Amino acid sequence: MADLLTRWHKALAEQSLVATATVIEGPPLGSKLLVTPDDHTGTAGNSDLDKAIVEAARGLLEGGRTNTIHLGPRGQRRMEDVSVFIQSFAPPPKMYVFGAIDFAGAVARIGKFMGYRVTVCDARPVFATKERFPTADEVVVGWPDEFLKTAEVDQRSVICVLTHDPKFDVPVLKEALNTEAGYIGAMGSRRTHDNRTARLKEEGVSEEQLARIASPIGLDIGSRTPEETAIAIAAEITALHTGHTGGRLADRSGPIHARKSEASKSTR
Amino acid sequence: MNPVIDKVAHWREEDTKCALATVVKVERSGPLGPGTSMAVSEDGQVVGSVSGGCVEPAVFEEAMSAIESGEPKLLTYGISDDEAFGVGLTCGGIIHIFVERVDW
Repeated sequence: MADLLTRWHKALAEQSLVATATVIEGPPLGSKLLVTPDDHTGTAGNSDLDKAIVEAARGLLEGGRTNTIHLGPRGQRRMEDVSVFIQSFAPPPKMYVFGAIDFAGAVARIGKFMGYRVTVCDARPVFATKERFPTADEVVVGWPDEFLKTAEVDQRSVICVLTHDPKFDVPVLKEALNTEAGYIGAMGSRRTHDNRTARLKEEGVSEEQLARIASPIGLDIGSRTPEETAIAIAAEITALHTGHTGGRLADRSGPIHARKSEASKSTR
Repeated sequence: MNPVIDKVAHWREEDTKCALATVVKVERSGPLGPGTSMAVSEDGQVVGSVSGGCVEPAVFEEAMSAIESGEPKLLTYGISDDEAFGVGLTCGGIIHIFVERVDW
């Protein structure tokens, strides 16, 4: 079996990030590259074109996206001689939910609906049970901060801290800030938020780090029930990912699906 | 594990020739999105699909000829309209499918 196929198959088996790039129009038709975040194999004929393809593939791979790009014969942008189909193969992103309360059940359900691999974690064995969270992929009994130290977190991961008890919140949020997580949200009333922010500052967390925490969690849609709150959280995750702010499409004009900011994408 | 690539890897390990057909673009409505694929082996086995069953027979023939010739090809299938014997999609969409022999 040829090298490219062997590597592709292995990456899929290991659920590691991999993209394929295939020239589907223009010369050299049918040539293929396999691209990972830090390696690539195969060629489209010249190193300039390869470089442009690999760069574009990594960009798409980061968001798990699939698209066709158009380039010049030596990888020039704004030229259309060569069309390259780039397909990302990414394992599902991860959602970590801390605090095994009713709100966590709704967030775990909407997380699955959005395509996340969902883990619910709580230190209390009575609450952290598979029966209470049937849709979660994993239910962990343990201290949230201890668990998060060992969990796999990358830029596509989201962390929802729903415990709203400083005893649990502060250590797990500090640990969350040590990760690359694309979204960190913390539930709580205004009062809880102020109290928690003060404690985090006491523990040496900077303003810049605090800005990474979506607190109080969720978009302002007037949620009350666990389900409504889960929708507000899911909407915030989506909006921050795409760089949108929320609000009503009916009140606006312009493209609906456009990515608003590159900056927010790179934090993901 | 992606079942199509798993099968392709298995065929290539046995030295069975095969071709891969991948949806690369969907215009208007289409049943399956870009990246959906189907593979065909030289002895006529098929894994995966590229539409709701509308164009698979035609893609199968194209895959067989790609295995023979080694020539990759970008195919386009649109609305069937009045072409009684033409291959098309009932949903009103247009799909572009890239067919290639697995040489890599």
